Amino acid sequence: MRRLFLALALCLFAPTAVVAQDLQSILQTHADEVADPGRRSVGVVIDDLLAAGLPNAPDFLAAWQDRDIVRDTADGRFYRAGRTSDGQITLIDLDTGAETMVPEDRVEEVRPNGGVRRVLGGALVRFRLSDPAPEVRREALTSIARRPDADQIEPLTQSIPDEPVAAIRAEKERLRNILIARFGETTEARVEAIEGLGGTVSSDARAALSQILETEERVAATLPDDVNVARILTPGEDISRVEAYGRLVDEGLAPARVSDAALRDALIAAIEDGTVAGVPVETLDTDAARRDAYVTLAEAGEVPPFVTEEEVDAALADHVFFAAYDEDDPAITDAARETLEAVDLRVGAAQTADLALDALSLASIYFLAAIGLAITFGVMGVINMAHGEFIMMGAYTGYVVQQFVPDYTLSLVIALPLAFLVAGAAGIAMERLVIRHLYHRPLETLLATFGISIALQQLAKNIFGTQARPLTAPGWLDGQWVLNELVGISYIRIAIFVLAALFLGLLLFILNRTRLGLEVRAVTQNPGMAASMGIDPDRINMATFGIGSGIAGIAGVAIGLYAQVTSEMGANYIVQSFMTVVVGGVGNVWGTLAGAGLIGVLQKLIESLNPSNTLAAQTYMILFIIVFIQFRPRGIVALRGRAAGD
Amino acid sequence: MAVSESLPLRPTPRPATAPSTWVFLGALAVFTLVVTVMASQGMISTAFVKTLGKTLCLMLAAVAMDVVWGYTGILSLGHMAFFGLGGYMIGMWLMYARTENIVAPALAQQPLPPTQDEIRDAIGSQIFGVVGASDFPLVWMFSHSLVAQLALVVLVPGLLALVFGWLAFRSRVTGVYLSILTQAMTLALALYLFQNDSGLRGNNGLSGLQNIPGYEQVPQATISLWFLWASALALALGYLLFAWVVSGKMGSVLRAVRDDEARVRFLGYHVEGFKLFAFTLTAVVTGIAGALYYPQAGIINPAEIAPIASIYLAVWVAIGGRGRLYGAAIGAALVSLLSSWFTGGGAPDINLGVYTVQWTDWWLVLLGLSFVCVTLFAPKGIGGLVDLVQARRVPDRQGDYGPDKGAKRQEEGRE
Repeated sequence: MRRLFLALALCLFAPTAVVAQDLQSILQTHADEVADPGRRSVGVVIDDLLAAGLPNAPDFLAAWQDRDIVRDTADGRFYRAGRTSDGQITLIDLDTGAETMVPEDRVEEVRPNGGVRRVLGGALVRFRLSDPAPEVRREALTSIARRPDADQIEPLTQSIPDEPVAAIRAEKERLRNILIARFGETTEARVEAIEGLGGTVSSDARAALSQILETEERVAATLPDDVNVARILTPGEDISRVEAYGRLVDEGLAPARVSDAALRDALIAAIEDGTVAGVPVETLDTDAARRDAYVTLAEAGEVPPFVTEEEVDAALADHVFFAAYDEDDPAITDAARETLEAVDLRVGAAQTADLALDALSLASIYFLAAIGLAITFGVMGVINMAHGEFIMMGAYTGYVVQQFVPDYTLSLVIALPLAFLVAGAAGIAMERLVIRHLYHRPLETLLATFGISIALQQLAKNIFGTQARPLTAPGWLDGQWVLNELVGISYIRIAIFVLAALFLGLLLFILNRTRLGLEVRAVTQNPGMAASMGIDPDRINMATFGIGSGIAGIAGVAIGLYAQVTSEMGANYIVQSFMTVVVGGVGNVWGTLAGAGLIGVLQKLIESLNPSNTLAAQTYMILFIIVFIQFRPRGIVALRGRAAGD
Repeated sequence: MAVSESLPLRPTPRPATAPSTWVFLGALAVFTLVVTVMASQGMISTAFVKTLGKTLCLMLAAVAMDVVWGYTGILSLGHMAFFGLGGYMIGMWLMYARTENIVAPALAQQPLPPTQDEIRDAIGSQIFGVVGASDFPLVWMFSHSLVAQLALVVLVPGLLALVFGWLAFRSRVTGVYLSILTQAMTLALALYLFQNDSGLRGNNGLSGLQNIPGYEQVPQATISLWFLWASALALALGYLLFAWVVSGKMGSVLRAVRDDEARVRFLGYHVEGFKLFAFTLTAVVTGIAGALYYPQAGIINPAEIAPIASIYLAVWVAIGGRGRLYGAAIGAALVSLLSSWFTGGGAPDINLGVYTVQWTDWWLVLLGLSFVCVTLFAPKGIGGLVDLVQARRVPDRQGDYGPDKGAKRQEEGRE
């Protein structure tokens, strides 16, 4: 099918081609070289094919390389061989794909030898590397990178000057350096190529460098002259004594130590009438007794004797342990080592940058989850254990909206304000019905809101089921912003960061620049005085709680976008959120920001020390917070003076 | 307890042997006797005896929680962590000894008698196989010794409470901040235990604890009764201990710390010392309760330590009634038994026509809401009902010993 299409394409384009050449005519020009190709002569054919830029040339080369090309002795034309049956062979025309049947003895096979086939393979790569479609060129580079080979250096080098796309050209140059570094012929060329790799952080360049630097640990009586020694290993320091001695044993340079298992097997083998070497079997239940029995056996010459520690020491002292490079040329390994150090430095910097981005995005998630709490707990002093459930409520609101509005962008636009309204309304209802009566009993607020929290969680479970519900992000939030191979951040996390920054600004504006904010601050500082100035504390408390809960709802939508929506998602954030507010300093939006930043950065930092174990990171994080509270009980940003209350 | 006659203005200390203490202990004794008789007659199942035994342990934990919260005013959200730690400590011995009883005879079948190290290695690979390890971590170093592990049941929760309490009280962390801090401690502990390399088998926890080493031949029906008696005894002793602690001068100071910490400090009392004492003592008792609970439950895993468990403990105490020991015990018994009745499918579904209320789904909603209602409308909890009865017997007049109705007059106080 593809071949047919190519042929069709050829027919269409042939009239417009300046030189109306087809494949067959080029082949006929070099008929002898094609029929009996030699490593040198075949180059002419390939150059002409390349110059003509025929779309079916790569297919022909592949067939040639696979020994699928035959020549019709009647007219000297070349064909692709098809099926054989009853002494007849199907010939497929190279240009049109038309099939003809001829007797088998009329055709002769074209049999390129191994050298020619390698040249053909290189030419094929060159064809694909100069393909007009950038995707094909990228694909060719990927396949070279996957199976690096000395033969690819030549075509790769040739394709670089004509490369129009700067990014692909850079990629080609990098790949060429990698290939030369590993397979180059002269030391100078290789060293130069290795040094050329210094400016990259890509993993395949690092892999190539570490492959050059691969070592083998060896042992010998004296250090041989003909090896490129990486380092000398001292038993007991670089290599454990047991391992070092084991290597001597493996090399046949020392007798094996008697292991516990061997000892036991030897004793079992020597059991006669319930005794071993005259000792009753029942008494052999300590290591000392077993060793004594074994020594008796060894003295009788029945088993090999124990290797003493002195013998081990002597054997270790008599030999030199070293790691030798597989690469024999020290100039190359030196260059590779230096370059790898430089690359590792850049990689370290890139990883730090990536870590910083991760920490920033985690911090903004914590901030978003905690900022509602910073208002209700921080400003009003109300412990709201159901805060996490308001987050969950917002996330489920987003999920429900997506069930009715299939367009993800539009549904997000609807869900954000709706989540604010739903969670805010729930917050106001809770404030009116429950919390209002408990303002003077904070510990009981904690318990009452906890009751609401478990009721809401179970309610969500009853309505939406226990399985996680997806909250799909719109297409333009898919994927990630890639800086290089190591540094990247997904767009959703950027969006969450932007959202967090937006809410920080909005909240600061409301609290510091509006009438409402003024009244909120007045009521939190001194409700009695505020009331006598004509502010209704009830109304303000209600509004404050509504805003705090509403923001939790919006945080729920944001969190639901990158994590899944479950009835327990809020509970996962509640302790962290309280921590954030307490660490940051109660009663202050900036404090919450500082708290979220500190916790986010620290958690990522601890995680990066032991990436496989996020549980440990969280544990140490909490321990750190407990200790931190010892030194700054009022948090990072502590309020002073009258605003501090108490 | 004798009343001092030289200090006329000193209020009568509440005696440890208040009538409620005797009523409670009597009821406990009758209950234990009835359950024993019914179980030996086969009228109640072994599983239910175990449930009752576990409930007694929870009641002991709740009584301890009442002392630290209802009397001292520290809402600790970490006491179930001490409970779990007690369980882990006894569980380590149970698991080690039982595995040894299985492994040692198998090793004895080999041609050579096993050495101590071989037995220990075999036990280790048996226990830690599930987390891909075979060596004993450091925390198991005493696990072969029952005496050592029993000591650890007391020491580990006690030391943790002592260190944590000292740090927290010293820096004057109070009120809701302290609650959040204890909750964080609990969460950290649970997360730590969830790791496979914590040395306590990660989220697999310790299992097979219902088999008591050395008593494999004794049927579970008998063992469950033993544990019921042990739990009842522990509850009785714990109740007496706490009744003694909260009576007298000590109890007065603790209640004063709850009501106004700063004022007590200005009166010259070392508030932190009293708080630390109450916190640590209750942690130790809770640990003992846990050590009795988990052999009856049969399995312990880190989920049992999660902060929610400690919040439930506070819930029980609040529903039962804070500030009175029997209230906490009643609350724990009532809510935990109701909870297992509802979630176990014991409660009948309610058919509303359009929707059938299945209690397995709706019990938590009911619990949560009833909890809100208790906090709002009945801060004294179930124990408040006792006051309603007693209120009828209190004289309706103002005395000299305080603003409350029915306070004693001076001449009465000298008696």
